[in-house]
Amino acid sequence: MFEVVHKRQLSDAVFEMGVRAPRIAGKIRAGQFLILRVDEKGERIPLTFSDWSAEEGWVRFIFMRVGKTTHKLSHLEVGDSLADAVGPLGVPTRVDGLGRVAVVGGGVGAAVAYPVARAMTEAGSDVTVILGARTANLLILREEFEVLPLHELLIVTDDGSAGEKGLVTAPLKRLAASGAIDHVMAIGPAIMMKFCAETTREFDVPTTVSLNPIMVDGTGMCGACRVSVDGVTRFACVDGPDFDGHAVDFEELMSRQRVYTEEEREADAEYLRECECHR
Amino acid sequence: MPPVEPSAGKARHKPSRVPRTPMPERSASERREDFDEVTLVYTEEQARTEAARCLQCKNATCIAGCPVNIDIKAFIRHIIDGDYADGVAVLKERNALPAMCGRVCPQEEQCEIACVLAKKGEPVAIGRLERWLGDYDLACKLEERCVPQVAPASGFRCAVVGSGPAGLACAGELVRLGHSVTVFESLHAPGGVLTYGIPEFRLPKAVVGAEIDMLVRMGVEIVTDAVIGATYSLDELMGEEGFDAVFVGSGAGLPMFLGIPGENLNGVYSANEFLTRVNLMRAYEFPAADTPVWRGRKVAVVGGGNVAMDAARTAVRLGAEEVFLVYRRTEDEMPARHEEVVHAREEGVEFKMLCSPVEITGREGFVTGLVASRMELGEPDESGRRAPVCVMGSDFEIDCDTVIIAVGTRANPLLAKAAPDLELSSRGYVLTDEEGGTNLPGVFAGGDIVTGSATVILAMGAGKKSAGAMDRWLREGR
Ligand SMILES: Cc1cc2nc3c(=O)[nH]c(=O)nc-3n(C[C@H](O)[C@H](O)[C@H](O)COP(=O)(O)OP(=O)(O)OC[C@H]3O[C@@H](n4cnc5c(N)ncnc54)[C@H](O)[C@@H]3O)c2cc1C
Ligand SMILES: Cc1cc2nc3c(=O)[nH]c(=O)nc-3n(C[C@H](O)[C@H](O)[C@H](O)COP(=O)(O)OP(=O)(O)OC[C@H]3O[C@@H](n4cnc5c(N)ncnc54)[C@H](O)[C@@H]3O)c2cc1C
Ligand code: SF4
Ligand code: SF4
Ligand code: FES
Repeated sequence: MFEVVHKRQLSDAVFEMGVRAPRIAGKIRAGQFLILRVDEKGERIPLTFSDWSAEEGWVRFIFMRVGKTTHKLSHLEVGDSLADAVGPLGVPTRVDGLGRVAVVGGGVGAAVAYPVARAMTEAGSDVTVILGARTANLLILREEFEVLPLHELLIVTDDGSAGEKGLVTAPLKRLAASGAIDHVMAIGPAIMMKFCAETTREFDVPTTVSLNPIMVDGTGMCGACRVSVDGVTRFACVDGPDFDGHAVDFEELMSRQRVYTEEEREADAEYLRECECHR
Repeated sequence: MPPVEPSAGKARHKPSRVPRTPMPERSASERREDFDEVTLVYTEEQARTEAARCLQCKNATCIAGCPVNIDIKAFIRHIIDGDYADGVAVLKERNALPAMCGRVCPQEEQCEIACVLAKKGEPVAIGRLERWLGDYDLACKLEERCVPQVAPASGFRCAVVGSGPAGLACAGELVRLGHSVTVFESLHAPGGVLTYGIPEFRLPKAVVGAEIDMLVRMGVEIVTDAVIGATYSLDELMGEEGFDAVFVGSGAGLPMFLGIPGENLNGVYSANEFLTRVNLMRAYEFPAADTPVWRGRKVAVVGGGNVAMDAARTAVRLGAEEVFLVYRRTEDEMPARHEEVVHAREEGVEFKMLCSPVEITGREGFVTGLVASRMELGEPDESGRRAPVCVMGSDFEIDCDTVIIAVGTRANPLLAKAAPDLELSSRGYVLTDEEGGTNLPGVFAGGDIVTGSATVILAMGAGKKSAGAMDRWLREGR
């Protein structure tokens, strides 16, 4: 059904994959995601569209190998198929009328940041991208960002192996303090988004974050993806995934992301054991 | 099943006076351990014994009790006579999915309560007989199963949104009337609540699958992974996609929460999420199936309907040591079917009646307990039920690591997005006329998205009725 038509390894654990999905490809707007199942026993997992072509009928996503499902996914080759792909889900990211924007992409969050930054430049916004990773070889999509008509591309690594040494919040703070930006879009691990929001709060710069709670159906039917925003429960799959970073309860989000840690470890370990037997 | 010699001629039926034939069931201790079906089928002999109790009344009051008016008297007569295939045909005249309705219909308050023999407390077991015939049909080879007659092709194309009982019944009827039908379902498997909600031990998924296969065999096309409102809008279905009419049967899928502190702790589930993980995603087979579910040792389920019973009994089967059912009113007010309540109790679910949750407590992000207030019954409210009133200072804590909220659902707002012009009630349900017609020409709706949470057979009845109205609209109205 959903045939893999493209696969590229971007770093040790990060892959870009394209699948044929003509029904979906024509509808996507930046910031939306799909839910896929690798096979008949598979979990439903959400991944953000990183690129798509309505004419050629394919969609792409970039994922980091973190557990069983993303492991299985990374083992698919061009010509294999996914059991399911459904989308586009979620509310598209607002890309116009934001003025001067800083888009922060941390780790695999760069995959989500890329189509957003591209759509913002297409909408005529003035975009600065802050791309962060732990170390140089984990930086992804750098070449793709380099060809966008950006105001500036800032690279940050924890260990200084590329660009500035430190965390993405350092350049973000400089930009916010100097009044050089009107809006921030932060996408990455919850802890990074939390600190980005903390950073900009002080300077009153509106900050949108793209949340990634655990999901099941992705259509508002189960409530697995609930997050607290301004003390109100919202469903990230239909109300989000974008929310006001200054109003999100990040502690709760991070806690909820850990609910199945043990089960996930068990499933992944068992899968890898079986994998090795096959070899 | 071996063929039975049809009784010679249609002799006048002499009703037997035996008591109602009980349903064979597996013992509670056995069924706590697995997800296999709780009730077993009647044997052929039991079915015929039960059928023989029917008086074949001149004025068969049972028929009016069935929301889709199955000719109950006639199908029972066919069982009496041993003409089972004819019996199946009678069922399928009105109900495309008999093996399912025979299992999950609240018969005791519909057809059976209307049976003449109900006055003496022993109505004919109509539901069980229907199920027996439905299973008889499913056990036949696909070629030999009863396929309703399909009218000549009309040339019209219809789209159905949602593959729950409303959508499936509508699709089955439209195909029968000669239209080409495509059902769009947002999940990866069809069936709606039948697939993701009602557990395997009450409604085996093989039964759901077989009934749906039959519809596919009749010509219904089912497209899964298609969310109307995301993958296509309603306008697109009627426009670019070239459909002449659309039926919306998208259900009432949005889970309600209580709005009390601690509700987002780990270990708190909506019944929808809990049941979806276990049924649709088969989490009870984890890690062979990839989707995990939190297996609580002590589980509190909040609510008193069928959904709460299903969640509680599922928790039992996942290995919980204690399962509590926490309900604001008393057992008399519980909307769940009596049979489910009895089964739940037999399986060890502990009922905590007249308790209203006020807070969920936790440590390091995980649930540790449910604090509830004791309630008393006060004056009857507008629903006629005596309203529970909180007893001041009566709060107590139930020690538990999982809380499942089963206090109802609302209309999913995704649909409104699919069609901003579609007229909705203030609570988000679709407004329709008697026959499911909406304010948009060619767009019909039925099932839980119109009525709010109801029953399988009501949803099917609505789907079928709409199919008739769509047929007339296509052929004449437009
Ligand atoms: C809207 C949204 C967009 C996302 N976009 C991307 C993306 O573009 N690229 C990417 O690499 N990742 C993305 N994610 C995260 C991705 O879905 C998870 O990494 C993936 O589900 C992990 O599955 P796993 O079985 O390999 O790992 P697991 O071992 O199951 O889990 C590893 C971690 O992933 C999270 N996770 C597990 N299951 C789910 C689930 N069903 N839904 C959400 N999170 C889950 C858990 O918090 C856990 O900590 C996105 C998540 C959301 C909600
Ligand atoms: C746990 C549980 C137990 C129950 N037990 C009983 C019982 O014993 N007896 C009984 O009679 N009733 C029971 N009910 C109630 C009964 O199941 C419902 O009334 C009935 O299923 C409603 O049917 P429906 O077709 O309107 O909606 P649903 O069954 O909810 O089906 C709607 C379908 O539409 C799909 N959908 C929604 N939005 C979209 C969209 N935008 N695009 C595409 N597809 C979409 C959904 O995924 C779903 O598959 C129970 C309900 C639950 C939840
Ligand atoms: S469909 Fe339900 S109400 Fe109608 S006869 Fe069958 S069991 Fe009774
Ligand atoms: S009312 Fe009861 S006894 Fe009479 S025909 Fe119907 S099922 Fe038989
Ligand atoms: S993932 Fe189920 S409601 Fe959002």
